[in-house]
Amino acid sequence: MTTSQQQAGRATAVGVTIENVNLSFGKTHVLKGIDLKIEPGEFFAFLGPSGCGKTTLLRLIAGFETAQSGRVVIGGSDVAHLPPWRRNVGMVFQSYALWPHMTVRKNVAFGLEERRVPRAEINRRVDAALETVGLKEYADRRPSQLSGGQQQRVALARTIVIEPQVLLLDEPLSNLDAKLRVQMRRELRQLQRKLSLTTIFVTHDQEEANTTSDRIAVIDNGIVQQVGSPTELYDNPANLFVANFLGVANVVPGAVASEAGRLVFKSDDGAVRVPIGETGRAASHIVFRPQNLLIRPADAPVPERMTRLAGTVDHAEFLGGVVRYRVAVGGHFVLVDAAHQRGEGAMGEGAPVNLFLNDDLIIGLTQ
Amino acid sequence: MRRQSGEVFGVISEFRKHPGQAALMALISLFLFIFLVVPVVQVVFVAFLDAGTGEFTLLNFKDFFNTALFRESFWNSIYVGVMSVVLASAFAMPLAYFTSRFEFRGAVIIQGLGIIPLIMPPFVGAVAMMMLFGRNGSVNLLLEEYFGINIPFMEGLNGVIFVESLHYFPFILINLSAALHNIDRAMEESAQNLGCSGLRLYRRIVLPLAMPGYMAGASLVFLKVFDDLGTPLLLNVNSMLAPQAYLRIASIGIKDPMGYVISVILVVIALASMWLATLALRGKDYATVQKGGGGLAKRRMRPIEMAFAWVIVVFIMALVLAPHFGLTLLSFGTIWSYSVVPDAFTLNHFRAIFAETPEYMTNTVLYSGLAALIDVVLGTAIAYIVLRTKLAGRQWLDYLAMSAVAIPGLVIGIGYLRAFYDIEVPGLGGQAFGTWWVAIVIALAIRRLPYALRACSAALQQVSVSLEESAESLGANKMKTVYRIVVPLMAGGILAGFVTSFATAAVELGMTLMLVSKHSDGPLAYGIYVYMQSAAGRGPGAALGIFAVLVVGLCTFLSHLFVDRRQRKLGMTQAK
Repeated sequence: MTTSQQQAGRATAVGVTIENVNLSFGKTHVLKGIDLKIEPGEFFAFLGPSGCGKTTLLRLIAGFETAQSGRVVIGGSDVAHLPPWRRNVGMVFQSYALWPHMTVRKNVAFGLEERRVPRAEINRRVDAALETVGLKEYADRRPSQLSGGQQQRVALARTIVIEPQVLLLDEPLSNLDAKLRVQMRRELRQLQRKLSLTTIFVTHDQEEANTTSDRIAVIDNGIVQQVGSPTELYDNPANLFVANFLGVANVVPGAVASEAGRLVFKSDDGAVRVPIGETGRAASHIVFRPQNLLIRPADAPVPERMTRLAGTVDHAEFLGGVVRYRVAVGGHFVLVDAAHQRGEGAMGEGAPVNLFLNDDLIIGLTQ
Repeated sequence: MRRQSGEVFGVISEFRKHPGQAALMALISLFLFIFLVVPVVQVVFVAFLDAGTGEFTLLNFKDFFNTALFRESFWNSIYVGVMSVVLASAFAMPLAYFTSRFEFRGAVIIQGLGIIPLIMPPFVGAVAMMMLFGRNGSVNLLLEEYFGINIPFMEGLNGVIFVESLHYFPFILINLSAALHNIDRAMEESAQNLGCSGLRLYRRIVLPLAMPGYMAGASLVFLKVFDDLGTPLLLNVNSMLAPQAYLRIASIGIKDPMGYVISVILVVIALASMWLATLALRGKDYATVQKGGGGLAKRRMRPIEMAFAWVIVVFIMALVLAPHFGLTLLSFGTIWSYSVVPDAFTLNHFRAIFAETPEYMTNTVLYSGLAALIDVVLGTAIAYIVLRTKLAGRQWLDYLAMSAVAIPGLVIGIGYLRAFYDIEVPGLGGQAFGTWWVAIVIALAIRRLPYALRACSAALQQVSVSLEESAESLGANKMKTVYRIVVPLMAGGILAGFVTSFATAAVELGMTLMLVSKHSDGPLAYGIYVYMQSAAGRGPGAALGIFAVLVVGLCTFLSHLFVDRRQRKLGMTQAK
């Protein structure tokens, strides 16, 4: 990789295209026909449960795995035959993988030394990278003398200092405590904006993906379930997996029937009956979020133009800002969030309640 | 001041509260003091004593360094130690590399290679190696016939280096393999990700990370080689430190200070090499395995690489098996001289050892058995005191027992002779304790105690304290608890400790050579040494050697079996 190419990579971000990638370990089919197009400069997340193949996909882009079929194209060129050390793709490992026998400075300088960059320039760029992550005064320490957050920053500095075409982050926040995680994800986002670097972020944490990424690919069982911005995925999940994986969802199975010229979705036991729009004609499930419902005591007045579901409180959990009720509606349990006001008591178990559902917020799903 | 007196009071009350434990600790300390501290201190003491006037002097050391033979011996010992490490590394590194880096079918063989040499001490195979690789040995006879060359494998120091490195390279192999296995795969991958590959990757990342393991193995090899007495003696290389010490004491007598001076130098160098290794490793305990990755990424070999690897593995395997092979030939051969293999084969040598000198074998079983018994009793007691009581100074008891590791057997032997030569055993009519067979047993026990102690400590660490506490809360007193709960649960570890102590004691030469006063008291190692000194005795000596290999091999196998089965049965897994 020549210096001019690297500088070009820095100046204009490149896209990553994954075409029909299949990968197996022995008999286990890990990636099943993955197609993705990541735009230049985008902050893109692979989100999914552990074992879904997201890390394998990331490692494939970095060159640590070999696909049985398909193409990985970075900045317009197929990288399938390039070994990891020729790809100019920077990866931050989950364990950070800082070399314990080198100081922070040596760790960060490593990639530049491998690229035979002149010593003076190495020093300048290492200083700049450490400055960027706010660790300039730690340059002569050993990794073992740093905290988890600092190690994370060194790993990041070590990767961005080589000005990679693409930055790959493998669960970079999973080894940090909760507070630091929130701070680091903000910093990651700011850094990515500043460098306008195409970034792929692997996580199993939907909150992390939502807060950092421009777009997310939800992956399950080696298949891309849906690609979209965080709000698109949350508001219009393509299937039950996405609906359940992003946020809390009430899922009711049933079928659509036509009643008096209107389409109505009825649960299997008939306890839930809600009108549904034309787009939901083939729905086998409906999905709605706990905050889409109003909960009222059975004797309270009925709001207009909302569908009513009658039930009894099965359980109430105080979560701080909201009280989450589990309400038995026929044979189904429906979760409802009610904002908590100071001094307000929760409704007790067994209390008869009415749930009111805004018809427009119901999502019909076929799978 | 008040706080200090409070602490002192606390210490005393701890002893008062548990008089039994305190008495046990005192008894063990006394034993170690008499049989470890006194002899070793005696050796150091005599080294600084003017033989004539009995006053403190440094003259003995000055004499040592002013004598050309001793200076030569000193440098020879260092040279042999260093070169053995170099050659052992040359054997170990490719093997460790193949198993850590590649999917290699030979990995099982390599694991075996790591154990085979250890079940035979180097001096046992030394003469056999002479027969195979000496100037007129099988290999050189063949080389001369086909290529007209003669390679001095076994000439002088070369022979010692060759034999020692072949026997001790497993220490480097085992430690280096473990270190390579413990490197997180991400360490390597992150370097590749940043543009590093191939040999550079090895030099910049893998080797530095594996260095601690390598150093641990290398220092062990150096120590073992530096202290070894039997191999140079049997190869007739006398200008090294250990043989010089032995020869001075054996020929001039225990009054001659040079043997003691050399002993002190042996101990100092041993301690220095251990200290250097720890120093080199300080702050470098790279336990880098984290979740997600274990060991370096392995890849399949290309056919040419595979062929190359097999050639090397087979070559090293042939070398490793050479002493065993040669020993077997010797033990079954009639006359083996100036020929590639013996003239004919016979069972006479085995008949001879059973008919003429069965005491070598019975003595070995007796001495090693008793020594190993003492070891596990002491080991269990010390482990219990260290891990389960709060007695002051218990950690020092552990250090004291372990310190025997740094003392060469030869030095312990010299110390016993010096300390106990004028102490008569009551009721045996003037029998000096220093030359009594029981002294050999105790010396063996002291020398092998560290092995048994580590095994017992490990076993006790796996027994949860709550198991004891529940026995005590159900009414069992301390004695009963130890007897009914702790010891049965430790049994596997104790047994393994016994077997290890037994097997290593059975082939201890340096010490027994000093302490055996008459042939009929001699154990196996002594017998092998005595036989091997004459050309006619090589056959029976080799037969004894085969017997020794079988005993040690069987013991090694049994100890693995005990530990494995016991742990599986009790559902205990080794803490990693």
